[in-house]
Amino acid sequence: MTEHPNPTTEVVPSRMRRALDSDLFYAFKRSPVAIVSAVVAAVLILSAVFAPLIAPTNPFDPASLNLMNGFTAPMAPNAFTGDTFLLGTDDQGRDVFSTILYGMRISLFVGIAAVLFAVVLGIFLGLVAGYFGGWADSLIMRAADVQLTFPSILVAMLIFGIAKGITPIENHDQMAIWVLILAIGLSDWVQFARVVRGATLVEKGKDYVSAARLIGRRPYAIMLRHILPNILSPVLVIATISLALAIIAEATLSFLGVGAPATQPSLGTLIRVGQGFLFSGEWWILFFPACTLLALALSVNMLGDWLRDALNPRLK
Amino acid sequence: MLPFILKRIFQSLLVLIITGAIAFSMFTFVGDPVDNMLGQERTMQDVERLRAQLGLDKPIPVQYVKFLGEAVQGNFGVSYRQGREVSEIIMERAPATLELAALSALFAIVGGIALGVFTAIRRDGFVANLIMSASLIGVSLPTFLIGILLIYLFSVELGWLPSFGRGEVVQVGWWSTGFLTESGLRALILPSITLGLYQMTLIMRLVRSEMLEVLRQDYIRFARARGLSDRVINFRHALKNTMVPVITVIGLQLGAIIAFAIITETVFQWPGLGLLFINAIQFVDIPVMAAYLMMISVMFVVINLLVDILYAFIDPRLRVAAK
Repeated sequence: MTEHPNPTTEVVPSRMRRALDSDLFYAFKRSPVAIVSAVVAAVLILSAVFAPLIAPTNPFDPASLNLMNGFTAPMAPNAFTGDTFLLGTDDQGRDVFSTILYGMRISLFVGIAAVLFAVVLGIFLGLVAGYFGGWADSLIMRAADVQLTFPSILVAMLIFGIAKGITPIENHDQMAIWVLILAIGLSDWVQFARVVRGATLVEKGKDYVSAARLIGRRPYAIMLRHILPNILSPVLVIATISLALAIIAEATLSFLGVGAPATQPSLGTLIRVGQGFLFSGEWWILFFPACTLLALALSVNMLGDWLRDALNPRLK
Repeated sequence: MLPFILKRIFQSLLVLIITGAIAFSMFTFVGDPVDNMLGQERTMQDVERLRAQLGLDKPIPVQYVKFLGEAVQGNFGVSYRQGREVSEIIMERAPATLELAALSALFAIVGGIALGVFTAIRRDGFVANLIMSASLIGVSLPTFLIGILLIYLFSVELGWLPSFGRGEVVQVGWWSTGFLTESGLRALILPSITLGLYQMTLIMRLVRSEMLEVLRQDYIRFARARGLSDRVINFRHALKNTMVPVITVIGLQLGAIIAFAIITETVFQWPGLGLLFINAIQFVDIPVMAAYLMMISVMFVVINLLVDILYAFIDPRLRVAAK
């Protein structure tokens, strides 16, 4: 394809071609920060997804563990068995590199699921509040105000505590991941609802909405098929930044011991466990999970920041 | 002015009534405390006796009214886990958290304003740029990692400061203070830096951007033309006018400091309210959770209310909008 194709002879470009020619991709190519963050995030996410293929051992398979391998330093052979581990082992002889890969899966899964939950809930409530107005609007926005009075991590802790009380004790470990998703998601819907409501109020007055109403489309069809596609870009930006915050929130809760259990450790749980070995000199059990968490949260956060600037040049 | 304040007070009461309802429904619907308190070997008589003792055998509306009445008096019953009055436990734990929060707030305010003014005056200086970049990392580092990093540096490697607890405390009436002993003061240093660091960067960035805004104004140029010294211009003229938004942010952040103390207290095993709350969640100790929730909500609501009223005093447009 030439630089300036003649519109009359141009074939319809493929989706891929259109994506590569878009302003967004152009801005992306010009931003070193965005490229580095995207590469780091992609490497981390892919290694989490393919953890079973990459990880040298399965840390949750007791058969693959050898207690003699406990506390092996990184890149140094174990005194008893002679095995070496890239990032060392923890007290139970689990390979730290493998636990990080599996831990990242849980961190990412909880983060992404929580943000998705918050996005869906926030979009729905925001659309309803903005489109219908009236008492639905007041009710939803008052609830949002009340929730905004408190820091979201506190709300998440509270929801976790309540959910833990409701579920039977023997199910705590299995439920913990889902409860975390619920807690972080519920603590995070407000900002989506506010943005969507504001954008809906603007879009509602436009002609295409009146046209859709005139041809007799139902309110929910107008909201979802007509208004929603036009207000997605701010939602996308907030969702990316929220993902970084959700990953950190998950790590914080797990670190505090009100999150992912030791049987399904996320990065936060690994850091919690590793903190105990800081004084006895086994720094690697803490250090590598902490670095991974930072790299993950920072790269996603920077991508979100870049996306905000790229989609909305006025904010620069 | 009055209708605005009344409206805000009404809204605040509404928030408190809602959180009160949440706290009560936790009591009523979450778990069976009797199960948690008695071990595996229990008899039906034990269960009955404990239910009656905790008032759990009464109908729900009766329990609710009783709960509200007691909550207003600051009485949240007996901790399921420790078997003591919740109010007693809270009184015992509160000084630790309040002293920590006060020192963190002081650190955040003094450090934030000083660094903010510095980075604004030397906006293109090397040190100022270094501080700005460092603050970006500081904002993205999770609090618990900052705490662990400080422990590693100052307790494990250098061995200068204690890594957990309050050190020696002195009882002054019912208040236990760590301010009067050397070990108590040393124990305060790392936790208050950990807790205040985020707020410090926040205040610093705000002061910096406000200062830059103000320094561009005509009256500053006029002050320079009058031949006033840099110090008078920067501190007497510029800083004074940046303080309005800064004070409101500081107000709102005070609540956040007490809430985020939960994380710092866990990292440093600080025997305050935050650690109490986290342990309560882990053991589903509902009376403690409810009491903490109510206490925190009263605090947040009062702070928000005061900040809003303060805003209305400062910015007359808000008063008009509220009518």
